[in-house]
Amino acid sequence: MGYPHKPHARETTVLSQHFGDMDATTLQGWRKRGGYVALERALGMAPADIVNVVKESGLRGRGGAGFPTGVKWSFMKPGDGKPHYLCCNADESEPGTFKDREIMRWTPHALVEGCAIGAYAIGAETAYIYIRGEFTEPIDRMEAAIKEAYAAGIVGKNAMGSGKTVNVWVHRGAGAYICGEETALMNSLEGRRGNPRIKPPFPAVAGVFGQPTTINNVETLVAVPHILNEGAEWYKKFSRPDNPKSTGTKLYSVCGNIARPGNYEVPMGFPFRDFLYDLCGGPLPGRKFKAIIPGGISVPIQNLAEAEASLMDYEGFVAQGTMLGSGGVIVVDDAQNLVKFIARAARFFAHESCAQCTQCREGTAWTTKILERIAAGDGSAEDLDTLLEIADNMTGKTICVLSDSCATPVVSGLKKFRNDFESLIKKKTHHLVPAVA
Amino acid sequence: MSIHEMGGVEAPADTAHGRHAKGPYQPVFVGARKQELDELLTRYPSKMASLLPALWMVQHDRGWVSEEAMAEVARLLELTPAYVKGVVTFYTMYHQHPVGKYFVQVCTTSPCQVCGAEEVVDAFLRHTGCQELGVTSPDDKFTVIEVECLGACGFATPVMVNEEFIESVTPEGVPDLLSRYK
Repeated sequence: MGYPHKPHARETTVLSQHFGDMDATTLQGWRKRGGYVALERALGMAPADIVNVVKESGLRGRGGAGFPTGVKWSFMKPGDGKPHYLCCNADESEPGTFKDREIMRWTPHALVEGCAIGAYAIGAETAYIYIRGEFTEPIDRMEAAIKEAYAAGIVGKNAMGSGKTVNVWVHRGAGAYICGEETALMNSLEGRRGNPRIKPPFPAVAGVFGQPTTINNVETLVAVPHILNEGAEWYKKFSRPDNPKSTGTKLYSVCGNIARPGNYEVPMGFPFRDFLYDLCGGPLPGRKFKAIIPGGISVPIQNLAEAEASLMDYEGFVAQGTMLGSGGVIVVDDAQNLVKFIARAARFFAHESCAQCTQCREGTAWTTKILERIAAGDGSAEDLDTLLEIADNMTGKTICVLSDSCATPVVSGLKKFRNDFESLIKKKTHHLVPAVA
Repeated sequence: MSIHEMGGVEAPADTAHGRHAKGPYQPVFVGARKQELDELLTRYPSKMASLLPALWMVQHDRGWVSEEAMAEVARLLELTPAYVKGVVTFYTMYHQHPVGKYFVQVCTTSPCQVCGAEEVVDAFLRHTGCQELGVTSPDDKFTVIEVECLGACGFATPVMVNEEFIESVTPEGVPDLLSRYK
């Protein structure tokens, strides 16, 4: 539902059906709503069978990369004699994204259940939920739910009387966007600086504490109990007939210059035009949409024509020059100049760079400096070429993709909204300070 | 341990005194706190993994993370003080210096910026008497900073005051909001 709004008639509320309902946050309330039925069933199944159901459902990672969840789980080799770990990535920090926050605030037991099922499926006895430090209320709700689940014997030793051990713990972050990158998250969890690691080795081989690890997003894990309850065929129905690669429902966070911001849940393949104008109420009075970023600030900016032609799934957004990403829809209207918006995004990336790769450390800082210069009216025509050159040096050359993410809005912004840049640039080249006065 | 149990919106009792503390360093991890840390250690296969939570406990009790506290944590977790400092300095939420009784973080990242977050920052600076970002007000009550994406972009402008998270703050609403913090 469009919390804080009532659900829209065209939403398909699966994950968000209890948003805004305090009763659903308690164990008793959650059980009344069918909670922990899936976990009980899962604990009686062979782990490989759970992995197969999830594979069959077509569920893909909701954190941004869209990797098939069942396939990821199948990388964890059973019986290798090593402890396995599940990490739930609840470090939701991608500007424009605030769906995991609502999942944890309103349905904390759904995440406990999803984590417990996921952990059991990959042969792990422990799941860590890494939550960003600023999410104080979600942390409280998760801690309370976990406490209830332990007291009721749902998790812990002999979970639900199955004889199996499943521990679920919350781990609080301390303010670092980069810790949403899976290898940085693992370093942070281990008590290190949150620097991303070079891959390979991949987490399924050597992850947290050097052991085989799977990292899943919050929204991915809370979808799993529904898949086990209703079946893979049911889940696959939430897709468009001509694209079986994207299945299920997806939560979108909507923000920026739009009439009704909030969270909305729609099936894969939903028309983006209807989403923006019907569900979200269209632009603010007297304004027009100008630019749309559909998947968090790291994905390419769309112009209005591209956005209106998009179908909301992994392939649908790629066909219109961008990506589904995390589902954080940022809307910018005709009252804004894109340069200021992109400059602030660059400042964000400069602030959040872990600084271990030169291209990122230097590139994010220089990009910010040049964009802020242009925004202040001190830019030159050459600055635009310099920006693209820096962006090129920042793309595909670093340990993680933070650097690429900073370059993305610059490149797509310059390509599609060049007028916004040029209108700020004075019609003269930069005056060099003479060496001799 | 919930945020509420960690003290919720109440400022730590000894924040103001911590800044002028005299005499020898008093350890954080004694009594109940030590027990909490010991319980925490059972959740992880390494002692080092308890570092971030241990630093949170320090900050809750003392209002900031001093060099002495870093050394105490280092000793308990079998790390070096330099290592702990390296970790503390990586994460923006640990205060390496005392801050005002109420630490105000205003989100100004792009999605909030286009909704007018900069005016919210100005209002906080004006009404708290801080004048400048990162500077504590003359009465030691407030420190205001800009923060990167708080993850509540649909509720622009989100603001954090200590551990309390407030949605949809407008410049006009700032004086009323501040009056809640005595």
